[in-house]
Amino acid sequence: MDIHNSNNPSGDSASISADGPYFREEHQMFRDQLRRFVDEEIKPNAEAWEEDGLTPRSVLRRMGELGFLGIRYSEAYGGSAMDTVASAILAEELGKSTFGGFAITVLVHTDMASPHLHNFGTEAQLQRWMPDLIAGRKICAVAVTEPDAGSDVAAIRTHAKRDGDDFVLNGTKMFITNGVHADLYFVAAKTDSTVKGTRGISIFAVEKGTPGFSVGRALKKQGWLSSDTAELIFDDCRVPVANLIGAENRGFYSIMRNFQNERLVLGAQCIGESQAAIALTLDWVTQRKAFGAPLWEKQAIRQRLAMLSARVEAARQLVYHSAWLDAQGRDCVKEVSMVKALCGELVNDVMYDCQQFHGGMGYLRESAIERMVRDARVQSIGGGATEVMLEEIAKRMGK
Amino acid sequence: MRVLVPVKRVIDYNVKIRVKPDGSGVDMANVKMSMNPFDEIAIEEAVRLKEKGQITEVIAVSVGPAQAQETIRTALAIGADRGILVTQEGAEPLAVAKLLKALVEKEGAELVILGKQAIDDDSNQTGQMLAALLGWGQATFASKVELGDGKITVTREVDGGLETDELKLPAIVTTDLRLNEPRYASLPNIMKAKKKQLDTVSAADLGVDATPRLKTLKVVEPPKRGAGVKVASVQELVDKLKNEAKVI
Ligand SMILES: Cc1cc2nc3c(=O)[nH]c(=O)nc-3n(C[C@H](O)[C@H](O)[C@H](O)COP(=O)(O)OP(=O)(O)OC[C@H]3O[C@@H](n4cnc5c(N)ncnc54)[C@H](O)[C@@H]3O)c2cc1C
Ligand SMILES: Cc1cc2nc3c(=O)[nH]c(=O)nc-3n(C[C@H](O)[C@H](O)[C@H](O)COP(=O)(O)OP(=O)(O)OC[C@H]3O[C@@H](n4cnc5c(N)ncnc54)[C@H](O)[C@@H]3O)c2cc1C
Repeated sequence: MDIHNSNNPSGDSASISADGPYFREEHQMFRDQLRRFVDEEIKPNAEAWEEDGLTPRSVLRRMGELGFLGIRYSEAYGGSAMDTVASAILAEELGKSTFGGFAITVLVHTDMASPHLHNFGTEAQLQRWMPDLIAGRKICAVAVTEPDAGSDVAAIRTHAKRDGDDFVLNGTKMFITNGVHADLYFVAAKTDSTVKGTRGISIFAVEKGTPGFSVGRALKKQGWLSSDTAELIFDDCRVPVANLIGAENRGFYSIMRNFQNERLVLGAQCIGESQAAIALTLDWVTQRKAFGAPLWEKQAIRQRLAMLSARVEAARQLVYHSAWLDAQGRDCVKEVSMVKALCGELVNDVMYDCQQFHGGMGYLRESAIERMVRDARVQSIGGGATEVMLEEIAKRMGK
Repeated sequence: MRVLVPVKRVIDYNVKIRVKPDGSGVDMANVKMSMNPFDEIAIEEAVRLKEKGQITEVIAVSVGPAQAQETIRTALAIGADRGILVTQEGAEPLAVAKLLKALVEKEGAELVILGKQAIDDDSNQTGQMLAALLGWGQATFASKVELGDGKITVTREVDGGLETDELKLPAIVTTDLRLNEPRYASLPNIMKAKKKQLDTVSAADLGVDATPRLKTLKVVEPPKRGAGVKVASVQELVDKLKNEAKVI
């Protein structure tokens, strides 16, 4: 049996009805198109991208042509002015591709980096970059994390000093997704060192090729191999004042706001990955025989898969509920923190069992589940580690 | 020239079908529904004719429950100009053909492009019945369509080769799988489809009696495929084919 392309990891038998109170007609239609795109354009090709260490730009441009990169952005720039629920659908369906590296390449562009421009950019800035970002002609990255500051964003040390019409950036960024091959970077830097970290951070749009900005090294990772991750170096990098995104010294709050979206889509991606893993495993255990019958006949196996699918379904409801709250403009920091904490752990539980049920085959590089296990690991670390998310929830539980 | 394209809402081709325990039909609860793939090909073909400037309007029609609106919207997102929903559940091929005939006459369509069959009931009848009711020519299982002046040339895949038919318009064409590869509906086009006109009519409005004439006696799962066996020799194979499988 060919387990790379077991043909139905979107698994309607294993997953859930796509229907629910959060979805309108256009959501369903969008999901259908995405699913077809993933089945036809991604799954048959992405193995090679894992080897290459990046998702080809041609794929991103194609997604741009189809409008997949401008879901919530203004029609004036080529977007479709849809809502948060649609972004969650994007992440869920890309997650189902079984290639986390591909999925994160897209999602960082659409939901973690470009929102800085969308939410806080001036009209002139939007006109300058948005059409290219939405069309996939330019790919973007967001650079907050540093070697010495991850969860603790306020502790970043990269700084930007005003000098005439420029800011001069110095510092190092770490773990930056799309870092090697992006065209545009949204970089967080300290602009006021005399105040608390939270009060003195600003965001700058830095274009590839700006003197003083260089990609240090491509980082080798456990998973997400079809995503390029880099260390970035700013050495007296001059960035025009016109590239300041949002108000000076308000960057920490921009980052916190964008984290909400980032965490929500990461949660949705986890759900897609979990559903695909369960579907693949279901295919495997219903065909694989041991002790005279398909493994599915063993209650020990099917009950565990049944419970996993129940947990995934429950978490999925929380993801879409949170997306819906956000789409209504309601505060949902607590719910989104729950999404990130819950889904980041759940996807790892799912992968552990699914790999287990694949037996020795699940340990081989040629099985999709082996890659999915590696891809899932970062989901409880990146974009808000579980422990940090739990603190956010606890703060809002009252005492 | 106006072209009518019927689009049916069917269980998605990816879904593993389950028969209801009482054998009365297929379990449709919470099952994903999509446009019949042959109908997607039909819409794509009609939209291409429009893009070439050979026709003026593509009307997507669905006969089904209210949810079939979603199927029509998909057709609109691919590029159909407007849609008509005939609210009639469980219509059989003859009833659908009668409803389509009424719409063809009402809209003044000169070409109807249908899927050769729907993947749910595999009837492969609607196009043919519609041609008979209208008294129009028909070319089924098209793998290539060329619209000329007052005529249409259709290539059909037949056993051992290709058959080319020329039909006078108005005409009926049904699509085979290799006619084209339907495009993706882009997200902006999905949003634009929301603003396109979609009318709803009932069978009664069209003066058609759509009551079912067929009775389903029983629906059963196809027999499960047993595991394969390895045979030691040709002799054993021949013996099994003769005495177990009884095929030779
Ligand atoms: C593959 C990958 C891609 C990434 N992409 C990007 C990107 O594109 N842009 C970007 O800016 N960053 C990116 N990151 C960085 C990512 O967001 C950070 O790794 C993450 O925020 C965690 O920070 P850290 O690695 O410094 O870990 P630390 O903050 O040092 O945390 C280490 C451990 O301590 C725990 N911990 C921290 N604080 C607390 C606390 N208060 N209470 C209890 N436990 C705590 C954490 O939960 C974690 O388990 C990426 C990371 C990876 C691995
Ligand atoms: C890196 C590696 C090195 C290896 N080296 C060797 C070697 O040197 N020599 C050698 O002979 N073999 C070797 N093996 C094979 C290894 O011993 C088998 O992979 C292992 O015995 C599991 O068998 P399987 O892969 O066929 O899984 P399966 O037997 O198909 O099991 C699949 C899943 O079903 C579960 N399962 C099976 N039966 C039941 C049951 N009755 N009830 C509930 N659950 C059940 C299993 O626990 C497992 O989770 C190696 C495997 C690996 C991955």
